[in-house]
Amino acid sequence: MNVVVCVKQIPDPAEPGELDPDTNTLKRDTKLILDESDSYGVEMALQLVDNLGEGEVTLVSMAPNNETSGLRTALAMGAARAILVSDDALAGSDALGTAKVLAKAIGRAEPDLVLTATESSDGYTGTVPEQLAELLGLPSVTFAKEIEIADGKVKVQRQTEMGYDEVECPMPAVVSVTAGVVEPRYPSFKGIMAAKSKPVDEVGIGDLGLDGSAVGWAGAGQQIVEVAAAPSREAGEIVEDEGDAHEKIIQFLDELKVL
Amino acid sequence: MALSRVWVYAQAADGDVAPITLEILTKARALADTVECWYAGADADAVAGALGAHGATKVYTTGDLGGALQGVPVASAMAAAIEGGDAPDLIMFGTTYDGRDVAGRLSAKLDRTVLTNNVDIDVEGDSVITVEPVFGGTTNVRTTFSGEGPFLALVRPKSFAAEESGGGAAEVVTVDVPDAGSTGGATIIERHVEEREGPQLDEAAVVVAGGRGLGDADKYEMVETLAKQLGAAPGASRAIVDAGWVPYSYQVGQTGKVVKPTVYIAAGISGATQHLVGMKGSANIVAINKDPEAPIFGVSDLGIVGDVHKVMPKLIEALQARG
Repeated sequence: MNVVVCVKQIPDPAEPGELDPDTNTLKRDTKLILDESDSYGVEMALQLVDNLGEGEVTLVSMAPNNETSGLRTALAMGAARAILVSDDALAGSDALGTAKVLAKAIGRAEPDLVLTATESSDGYTGTVPEQLAELLGLPSVTFAKEIEIADGKVKVQRQTEMGYDEVECPMPAVVSVTAGVVEPRYPSFKGIMAAKSKPVDEVGIGDLGLDGSAVGWAGAGQQIVEVAAAPSREAGEIVEDEGDAHEKIIQFLDELKVL
Repeated sequence: MALSRVWVYAQAADGDVAPITLEILTKARALADTVECWYAGADADAVAGALGAHGATKVYTTGDLGGALQGVPVASAMAAAIEGGDAPDLIMFGTTYDGRDVAGRLSAKLDRTVLTNNVDIDVEGDSVITVEPVFGGTTNVRTTFSGEGPFLALVRPKSFAAEESGGGAAEVVTVDVPDAGSTGGATIIERHVEEREGPQLDEAAVVVAGGRGLGDADKYEMVETLAKQLGAAPGASRAIVDAGWVPYSYQVGQTGKVVKPTVYIAAGISGATQHLVGMKGSANIVAINKDPEAPIFGVSDLGIVGDVHKVMPKLIEALQARG
C-alpha cells in the first residue's frame, strides 16, 4: 500500500502575510513550515498504513528555494521519503499549474492512494485536489472526515451541507481530508533524528517533463490588476465587566428586538 | 458592456434551490445577456421555476446521477458541450463542496484557470475581473483572466443579495453524461443528515459562537445553551474545531461558513483574521473576551472585556429569569 500525501510548505500563518509589491503575490521568502492542514493528511496516511500492517507514506511537495523544513517535520512523524519539486520557473503558479506539477511528481511514486488537504492555509483555493485527480485520471472524494480501506476500496465519510455521506471509491484514488478528525502525532526525538537521513528526491520541471509555459507566471491564465485596502468596519462601544456586563448585552439585544 | 452568456452551476436539496445559487444568478444577469444553469438531479423540472424566477432561461440537466459524486459527471457534460462549440463567456460556481469539485475538474479538463473565493465580478470591456479579499479581508485583489474563455469563477456565499427577476420557468434540457472512464467510481452509499435543532448556521438571524477562550470542550455547552435561548445557531472558531470540541459544520471563517446574521455573539474568540472574514459582515457584533487587545474588539459594536466564564453564566441566568 503506497500512500502519497501532498504537503505544502507555507509562511508561518502566525506572521502577518505580505504581498510582494512587484508581483502582488504572497511573499514566500521567510521560513516555511508544514501547513497544519497537511498534518492531518500525513497522520491519516500513517494510520492507514499502520492499520494495514504494511505500506509506506511518500510526501510530495512543490516549494521555492528547495525548502525542506516542512518535509522534515512530516518525515519525522513517520513518512518514509519525499519528492520535492523546486524550480524558479514555478514562481507565480496558480492552482492548476500547481496541480500539473504535483501530478507529474506523483506519477513517479505510483500510489494506491493520494491524500491532500481540502485547501491550503495560505492560498485557500480548494481546487487543487480535484484538478490533481483529473490530471492523474483518478476518481476522487473531497472533504473526507474519516477514511477506511476495505475490500480494495477506500470508504470515506464525506462532509456535506446537511451532515455527511458515506462514499465508496475504487483505488487508486485522490482523497482530500478535513482538519480536526485525527490528532496529528508529535514527532518523537527518534523520529526527528531518523528524518534527517530519509531520502528527499529533489527535482526541477525539466525532470518532470514539464514546459515552462505550462507553469509559473507563464501558465497562470490570470493577471492581477489591482490590490487595494478594503473598507474596514468601525469598532463600537467597549466596556469592562464589573459583574453586570451581561445586562449591557441584554439591553443591546432588546434594542435590536432580538429577544 | 455585457457578456453574451454566463453559465451558473446550480444546486438544490429536496427541491429547494440553494441560496448561493440564487445569489449568483442575480449577479449573473447583471453581467450577461443570457444566463443558463447546469443542474445534476432527477428534479430539474421542480427547480426550473425558482431558477427562472432569478434569471435563468435554460437549465441543462444531467438527470439523476445514480449516486455518483457531482464533480466528474457535471464537469464532463459541461466540457463536452463546450468542446462541441457551445461555450459561454463565464461559468460561475458557488464555493460549496460540490461546486469546488465541478470547477476543479472542469478547470483541468479545459486547461483553464479557476479564480476562487470571489466576492464580486466586474466586466470591463472584454475583460472579466474578479475581486478576492485576502489577509483576513483587509485587502481586496482584483484579477483578470488572460487568454481565452470560458472563464471559471468560484463565488463566496453571501456575496450578492438574491433578487427575483420575474422570469418564467427555465427551459429544461437534458444532456448526456459522457463515460467517466477511470475517473468515475466514487459513489454515495448512504446519506446522513445531522439532527439539528434551530436554524442553519449560515441562515440564522442570530449566531452565538465560541472560541478557545472558553477553556475546554465542556465549556462549549454555554454557547449551546445561550444559542437555544436566543433561537440562534451555535458556531465556532477554527481553533476549537481543529481541537475537536465541535464538528467542522460549526466553523465560521475563511475556511468555514460565511455568516451575515443580525447579531453575532463571539464568546472567547480573539478575532484571528481568518475568523473575521467569516463574520464581519454581521449587522451587529457582540464580543466577550478577557484580552482588551483582542482583534475582535476592532469590529464589535458592543465589546465586553471580561471573563466568559463569569459573563456567560450570568447572561444565561438573566435570560432564563425573563422566561
